[in-house]
Amino acid sequence: MFDVIFLQFLNGLDKGAAYALIALGLTLVFGTLGVVNFAHGALFMLGAFCAVVVRKVLTMETITVDPNQLSPWGTPLEVRTPLVQAWLGDFGAVLVNYSVPFSILLTIPVMLVVGIALERGIIKHFYRRPHAEQILVTFGLAIVAQEIIKSIFGPNSIPQPMPTDLRGTADIGAWLGMQAGVITYPIWRLVYFLFAAVVIGAVFAFLQFTTFGMVVRAGMADRETVGLLGINIDRRFTIMFGLAAVVAGMAGVMYTPILPPNYHIGMDFLVLSFVVVVVGGMGSLPGAVAAGFLLGILQSFASMTQVKALVPGIDQIIIYLVAVVILLVRPRGLFGRRGVMEA
Amino acid sequence: MAAMPRNDLLLFAGFTLAVLTMPIWLAPFGAAYPDLLQRFMIFGIFAVGFNILFGLTGYLSFGHAAFFGVGSYAAVWSFKLLSLDVIPAMIFAIIVSGLFALVIGYISLRRSGIYFSILTLAFAQMSYNMAYSVLTPITNGETGLQLTQSDPRHLDSALAATVVGQPIPTLLGQSLGGFSGFYFCAGFLIIAFFLAQRITGSPFGMMLKGIKTNQTRMHYTGFNTKPYTLAAFVISGMYAGLAGALLAVTDPLAGAERMQWTASGEVVLMTILGGAGTLVGPVIGAWLIKYFENIFSAINDGILRRFFDFLPDGVDSAMVTVASKFVGEGWFLTLGLVFVIIVIFLPGGIMEGVRRIAHLFNRAPKAPGKANPQPQPAE
Repeated sequence: MFDVIFLQFLNGLDKGAAYALIALGLTLVFGTLGVVNFAHGALFMLGAFCAVVVRKVLTMETITVDPNQLSPWGTPLEVRTPLVQAWLGDFGAVLVNYSVPFSILLTIPVMLVVGIALERGIIKHFYRRPHAEQILVTFGLAIVAQEIIKSIFGPNSIPQPMPTDLRGTADIGAWLGMQAGVITYPIWRLVYFLFAAVVIGAVFAFLQFTTFGMVVRAGMADRETVGLLGINIDRRFTIMFGLAAVVAGMAGVMYTPILPPNYHIGMDFLVLSFVVVVVGGMGSLPGAVAAGFLLGILQSFASMTQVKALVPGIDQIIIYLVAVVILLVRPRGLFGRRGVMEA
Repeated sequence: MAAMPRNDLLLFAGFTLAVLTMPIWLAPFGAAYPDLLQRFMIFGIFAVGFNILFGLTGYLSFGHAAFFGVGSYAAVWSFKLLSLDVIPAMIFAIIVSGLFALVIGYISLRRSGIYFSILTLAFAQMSYNMAYSVLTPITNGETGLQLTQSDPRHLDSALAATVVGQPIPTLLGQSLGGFSGFYFCAGFLIIAFFLAQRITGSPFGMMLKGIKTNQTRMHYTGFNTKPYTLAAFVISGMYAGLAGALLAVTDPLAGAERMQWTASGEVVLMTILGGAGTLVGPVIGAWLIKYFENIFSAINDGILRRFFDFLPDGVDSAMVTVASKFVGEGWFLTLGLVFVIIVIFLPGGIMEGVRRIAHLFNRAPKAPGKANPQPQPAE
């Protein structure tokens, strides 16, 4: 029995990690700028499509028709030469193989620029407007972003292969001294979890141990006073928005091998991650992370056959059910601070 | 009726006239065919109902499509179990969606602001997911609920009415195809508009507006606001159910995609585009979105090429490439852009734009009571 539970726990980790990353970004934006950002899911999607672009560029090839060789159908053979391999040799092959992790290098600057442009261009005009209008404008932006992606990449999902070394499963049970072959777990999901843990740790460390982070935290607590002390808090908050976009984008990139990206992947995650944020408590970073993992793991337990036999359909609604219960019992969410968006 | 102020009466008469003559004045726009007109009516009702909640109380519900879908399902079940006549189906759908709204509203209204939005969203997504999975015996899952020859139809069989061929909904034995279907829906829209107008002008409506402006002060004055917001929620849920039922009448196939949260988003768009809090605004927003959805989605490259024919060769193909991103499949891109622009520059929607233009031409403001375009919603 223990191994079954442990396995479900592991299964919940990768999804929980994705929820936690998106919710972390959402909470960063809400905690600093006080903006309810419905376009955050679109940022996740944009990140995922950075991986698609990188892979497309890396796998570009020249096609030459060689009349001397014949294909099995008797027509002249088309010789395809992948450009990257041709130029860079073995290193190129490694690059193509590891295109997904490699795309993070592109994702970070792209998402930073997108995030800062979004904040400076549109969202800064909405600080003083009601939350309803912030929801509406970011919702509109999300539609625009996903329609642009759809018109470029088409409506279908584009599968991204994971690096060959990281395919297959890890026998975690054997590592822990249990019987071999009982608890196995796809390596890439393990990688995703570790990656998420590193990113979350980095964000927390950044906020906790750097001067910049200290100023931002001070600004989250009392924006006006920090401004009066002569610190340009708005600029720092803009950068935090960019950072949140980067976190969402990286979450999207690394998730592409698990779930092939399409244009509405962001919306699918957005609804869930809003639920996560609210469960964790608006504006609480540890709350967002904890609630992300909690809901991911709960969802994984709810999709066990035994549980489904007990309560049919529970796997479809568990997250929303938990959200409703928590909101009604603990209006601030799990870790919400007193007085922040409390109603 | 006698107590109606003159302006309201004029507005109502004008609205009725505009709706009833739609097949005539929409003909030059290529929109005067029954199928589209029916959708105008149905989504008009949906938006008017949504506005009773959002426009008056400021509570932004992101789950109204659930009531719309429940209304559809209820109507189709009434066709299946009771009778092919639409009147029992309408009544049944309104009651069921009202009860559904009562339950969801009772729970969701314990919170306000963003929490309320998330709660309604969560409930709607729950209904949507369940309609696809566990509730398949009731909803028929992905296939959608359909009418069949072998449905029991207890009322009809008691009256010994027989159906030949594919069963379709009727009104007292008359089929509701074509323009009769439009006028049937139009009747409901006019009634719905009339009721909304009466609600807005009533003390109850005043109370709702008070909640939107400053709920805390309402509390301090000694009002318990919960019953009022709940009543508004249930009424707007019933409107949504009515709209869903009408959609089931015109097309008796209820699918779960009507309940998805994007459908809830659509009615929010309609209301905002037209002008939340105004009476006519949401209806106009619904008409515009449905109209342009229909027109824009139908435009293809051929039409664009003919349109840009007058331009020099290179330029026209460039224009076609650019413009084709915004029509056809790309219609949602246009919608999203328009919506963002409206929210940024014209938060009061089209009605505010009309008011601003009217103000330009007419320096003396007509009604000082209307000079408050942007009350803050309840937080």
